[in-house]
Amino acid sequence: MEKFTTHTGLVVPLDAANVDTDQIIPKQFLQKTERVGFGQHLFHDWRYLDVSGKENNPAFILNKPQYKNASILLTRENFGCGSSREHAPWALEEYGFKVIISPSFADIFYGNCINIGLLPIILTEDEIDTLFVKSANENIEVTVDLANNKISCADISFDFSLDAFHQYCLEQGIDSVGWTLKKIDTIKSFEEKMPAWQ
Amino acid sequence: MSINSSATNSATTLYEKLWQQHIVEEKAGETPLLYVDRHLIHEVTSPQAFANLKFHNRPVRHPERTIATMDHNISTRSIKIDAAGEGAANQLRTLEKNCKEFGIKLFGMGHKNQGIVHVMGPELGLTLPGTIIVCGDSHTATHGAFGALAFGIGTSEVEHVFATQTLRQTKAKTMKIEVNGTVGEGISAKDIILAIIGKTGSAGATGYVVEYCGSAIEALTMEERMTICNMSIEFGAKAGLIAPDQTTFDYLEGKEYAPKGDVWNQAIADWQQLKTDDGAEFDTTLSLKAEDIKMQITWGTTPGQVTSVDSVVPSPDDFIDQVEKDSCSAALAYMGLTAGTKITDISINKVFIGSCTNSRIEDLRAAASIVEKYQAQGKSVSSHVDAIVVPGSYRVKEQAEAEGLDKVFSAAGFEWRLPGCSMCLGMNDDVLKEGDRCASTSNRNFEGRQGRGSRTHLVSPELAAASAITGHFVDLNS
Repeated sequence: MEKFTTHTGLVVPLDAANVDTDQIIPKQFLQKTERVGFGQHLFHDWRYLDVSGKENNPAFILNKPQYKNASILLTRENFGCGSSREHAPWALEEYGFKVIISPSFADIFYGNCINIGLLPIILTEDEIDTLFVKSANENIEVTVDLANNKISCADISFDFSLDAFHQYCLEQGIDSVGWTLKKIDTIKSFEEKMPAWQ
Repeated sequence: MSINSSATNSATTLYEKLWQQHIVEEKAGETPLLYVDRHLIHEVTSPQAFANLKFHNRPVRHPERTIATMDHNISTRSIKIDAAGEGAANQLRTLEKNCKEFGIKLFGMGHKNQGIVHVMGPELGLTLPGTIIVCGDSHTATHGAFGALAFGIGTSEVEHVFATQTLRQTKAKTMKIEVNGTVGEGISAKDIILAIIGKTGSAGATGYVVEYCGSAIEALTMEERMTICNMSIEFGAKAGLIAPDQTTFDYLEGKEYAPKGDVWNQAIADWQQLKTDDGAEFDTTLSLKAEDIKMQITWGTTPGQVTSVDSVVPSPDDFIDQVEKDSCSAALAYMGLTAGTKITDISINKVFIGSCTNSRIEDLRAAASIVEKYQAQGKSVSSHVDAIVVPGSYRVKEQAEAEGLDKVFSAAGFEWRLPGCSMCLGMNDDVLKEGDRCASTSNRNFEGRQGRGSRTHLVSPELAAASAITGHFVDLNS
């Protein structure tokens, strides 16, 4: 996993609540056994007018030319609800997103993002509204400073919080499996005390 | 909902007990490390995890604690591995290869134990109270019906469990959902959980582990409890729990993988302690009266957009919050519905009875008994409806056929299929077409879930069966 320090990027405002992982990456693209190849299918049913994904839907916000290089997704509450498919954050990451800003995320999706180094930032509803209003009038660039838990956009800045260990993992880009494998003796001693039925 | 201050006394909730019993390490600055007792896997969310293990040359720490089945993208018309297309076959063969290489037990195509992962685990006694069970599938919450802490995980976490048999988890808040009283005639577990989601909204339990309790919950069978816990994720809960009791123990005793002899006796003694102490405080509490719960149906594109079958399609004006108003408008447009339409005036052309929510033997019996009532009046599946029944596992299929349920369905014009996840998510060829309107016993009515442009209404098996015959939704209680 790559280390996350700071990121400055263009914001694309996706004004929808309860965006589920079926919407982020529909099921017909889950048959791959590799970790790559999902970005082109991100938001497939919204992004393309046809089933085969050849004809762009010009009304969908990601297809608007001014958002072509967006790397920060601004969205509404309960983003990433539904299926546990990690293919959803994989698709977002492969498309080019580094940060997702929302008033709330579904739990499994949130954890999946942390595990691949895609930063989910929770702001208050008012702060989210401010960013939506701002982004409706002009293209906005936001800078995310992970070490200081701060995001800033021209004259405004907001603080966000992150679980201390999540922050450490993102900053160091650690291999979480390798990290836990260092504790194998602790795991073994736990196993020795388990009842027989367990 | 009432919000309490956090617990200050020594009485603890069931969730806290399960949590404490599984802490491998809790250290300042690190997310707690929990032990995972059982890891269920399937073909869709495991291949990249196995690939990473191989890349790092790491073994599966406890293959014997890991059980695999094939369910998500298998055909429901044939047991041939390549019957659902090349992509599915490749994924299924990859699972076969990986299970062989890492020494994991696999219930593959046509095996007597094969089934939807959340139907298979409980019916084999792999799901036990007091355990932590994970699976790369959000409906893992199902197993909470046994008093197991069970939740869905992503593929990176699947890899973490493979390699270490542990997971890092932040502690959730606790929510008590109490349903007291006796439900009315024909009201199923599906109606209870949909009514709960209607009250909380689609994200009402995000960040929480929910414990369901009260006399109406205690009165439920294990299969009904699984339907309740299954849909915990549909209002955002990390997991759903029901304290194990005699109903749980009676269900498990003698199951193939359940403990036997002295170990069973010890297990019962331990499991009897698994309940929330009197006086334990929850972060949030919600109470429902069972008598108030009517037959439920979703009208929108999230499970929280739900109403009773005797009412009408709501209007954006019925909501105060702007986001909810907008969501309602978008949902009505997608669903092709007009506010104010009576639910019973909505016609359907597809019916799906199945999924990890409602494909167990009791679900099929409930649906079949409705079919038989209509058949007694000479009625069969409506000429403009295609209806399929997909049992949850080979064991369910075998039991249903022994009881003659397959014949009841077939005689009335339903297609009796082979087990699998099927049209719940449409990863195989059981997919709806654009504009199809389906009465579905599954768990998600998201846009495009059952096929691009398709419209899903979540209902109980009873309502799905009746709607297949009448061709529109019906108020079975009128």
